[in-house]
Amino acid sequence: MKIHEYQAKQIFARYGVPIPRGYPATTVDEAEAAAKKLATETGGPVVVVKAQIHAGGRGKGGGVKVAKGGAPEARELAQKILGMQLITHQTGPEGQKVRRLYIEQGLDIARELYLGAVVDRDRRRIAFMVSTEGGVEIEKVAAETPEKILTVHVDPAVGFAAYQARELAFRLGLGQNKVTLASFVKLLAALYEVVTREDCSLCEINPLVLTKAGAVVALDAKVNLDDNAEFRHPEWRDLEDKDEEDPVELEAKAAGLNYVSLDGNVGCLVNGAGLAMATMDIIKHFGKDHGVAPANFLDVGGGANQEQVTKAFKMILKSPKVKAIFVNIFGGIMKCDVIANGVVAAAKELGLKVPLVVRLEGTNVELGRKILSESGLAIKAASTMADGAQKVVAAVTA
Amino acid sequence: MSVLVGKDTRLLVQGITGSAGGFHARQMIEYGTRVVAGVTPGRGGEKFEGTVPVFDTVADAVKGTGANATVIFVPPPGAADAILEAFDAGLELVVCITEGVPVTDMLKVRRVLEGLKGKTRLVGPNCPGVITPGPKGVGCKIGIMPAHIHKPGNIAVVSRSGTLTYEAVGQLTASGVGQSTCIGIGGDPVGGMDFIDALELFQADPDTHGVILIGEIGGGAEERAATFIKEKMNKPVAGFIAGATAPEGKRMGHAGAIIAGGKGTAAEKIKALEAAGVRVAPTPSDMASTLAAMMAR
Repeated sequence: MKIHEYQAKQIFARYGVPIPRGYPATTVDEAEAAAKKLATETGGPVVVVKAQIHAGGRGKGGGVKVAKGGAPEARELAQKILGMQLITHQTGPEGQKVRRLYIEQGLDIARELYLGAVVDRDRRRIAFMVSTEGGVEIEKVAAETPEKILTVHVDPAVGFAAYQARELAFRLGLGQNKVTLASFVKLLAALYEVVTREDCSLCEINPLVLTKAGAVVALDAKVNLDDNAEFRHPEWRDLEDKDEEDPVELEAKAAGLNYVSLDGNVGCLVNGAGLAMATMDIIKHFGKDHGVAPANFLDVGGGANQEQVTKAFKMILKSPKVKAIFVNIFGGIMKCDVIANGVVAAAKELGLKVPLVVRLEGTNVELGRKILSESGLAIKAASTMADGAQKVVAAVTA
Repeated sequence: MSVLVGKDTRLLVQGITGSAGGFHARQMIEYGTRVVAGVTPGRGGEKFEGTVPVFDTVADAVKGTGANATVIFVPPPGAADAILEAFDAGLELVVCITEGVPVTDMLKVRRVLEGLKGKTRLVGPNCPGVITPGPKGVGCKIGIMPAHIHKPGNIAVVSRSGTLTYEAVGQLTASGVGQSTCIGIGGDPVGGMDFIDALELFQADPDTHGVILIGEIGGGAEERAATFIKEKMNKPVAGFIAGATAPEGKRMGHAGAIIAGGKGTAAEKIKALEAAGVRVAPTPSDMASTLAAMMAR
């Protein structure tokens, strides 16, 4: 799950990770009021107006602007940014509509650094990466100048050790000023607490700035939360911004289904994540020369009941881009008759207007096939995945 | 001979009184697995299905029944704790089926596992389990895989995906080829055994003549497996990597199946495997036939 910068910074503040002063705003009036308040609190007129969307590259896309002239200028900038379609390298060409702003105190910046914490799945540790190249995409630094990225791994039995933080500080050139050194060490320990206690799968500060006064401050904040830990974070419900999510994916999530929207024209209903991915792959394999590709990834999982299957199939039927459907099931815990009943129920309710190819295998396969053949639906049966994929490609191109 | 599980396996089921634990305990017993005990805190003293004793703690169950392996059906909030309890009781094999364990929990579990220095093997979480197909008294199934698709034989399967394992096994059995041991290592970013651990066992097992390895996008486990195959294996390995068409940055069902920063793509993995002499199936329908073609040479 992704959250906004201002939400991530609110979490940072609770753990003592230094952030600039700032206030969220959803209207131009609120933005102006926030800028006034910041001017009073900080004694300086400079504020930054920042678009809040769940994608990186906001600055380059025109979603982050500095108002040197205080509140009136902040109001003007807010007017421009609120409601714009912000296009960045992560939003896709259609962009993302800006519905929220974060109005933040401007700082006197001496240096910009990078700091990121991720789960290093190969080492099975949380890895902290720092770089002198702040404000630049870390992927770009990793590709072009990997020697500029310093990494340490944290032992979960010990936590972030002070010596590890000092080592990074000296190599970044932050060791000369004692106050800076101490605050950097403290920041890293605090950020490790954020990552582990708040169950972050990614925590990135780019840039982490050194101010002219010698303080280290998180100027940006990107936090992704581990969906698996949702059960112990009831507060996450308030962090979710439904405007930023694909409505169909949200509907699927609420129904306990794994769904990802794609650009193609074949709707897929599969059990199991690996088989669902492989189904997408095989449709593309046979369809790539004919303009046929998967319209979605949909894993109904092993424990789905008939209602969930019905729901899943309805979601596919309702999608206007779907020109044919491929149901590919290898029943293990999932029983083929449950799938068949769900498909039939959904098709009877909404009507089946596109070709349907079904491949059933595994637990209760005979019963499943019987239910489908007695339903009166026009179903093309497939004997294998390859057979099914070829039949669905033929159905789209026919 | 087989790897990990066999006729000497004495299985304990953690979460045996839950609906999934109970259902699969019955299926495993029916297959011939020796289920000797169950554990559900607060239900000690009961009997599951009138025959299998239930204990409050794993330590009690091991002491009372001589169990040497466990399978865990405990829901996510208690799953990591259940794994740690099994480690502490000294079990040789711990299979965790549970899907949805937080990664920070698994980081702690891995830390403890490292301290055990190979005394205990962990499979999963988020996996179908391990099976050595065979008739009652020989075969052993620990997990949730559909038993009837398997057939005893000499091909091993190792996979990050449950249903794709079934797909591969289904293809093998349909072409008359049986399996020695099938290991589902699970779809999470941090878990127990990885490909290399499984391949090491398969290479040493005289009853395994060939291997199907099924990977997916995300992480670098397939690339490491490729290096191992190149340096340490002389048995034929066929492979498949799921997710060639997955978009970057999206989690594809499995928590571990995500391409991050352009890393972990199917193309990179396929390239590494092919360079190690693994023949990668062009489609998921060709896993068994790809291995058969290698072995016919």
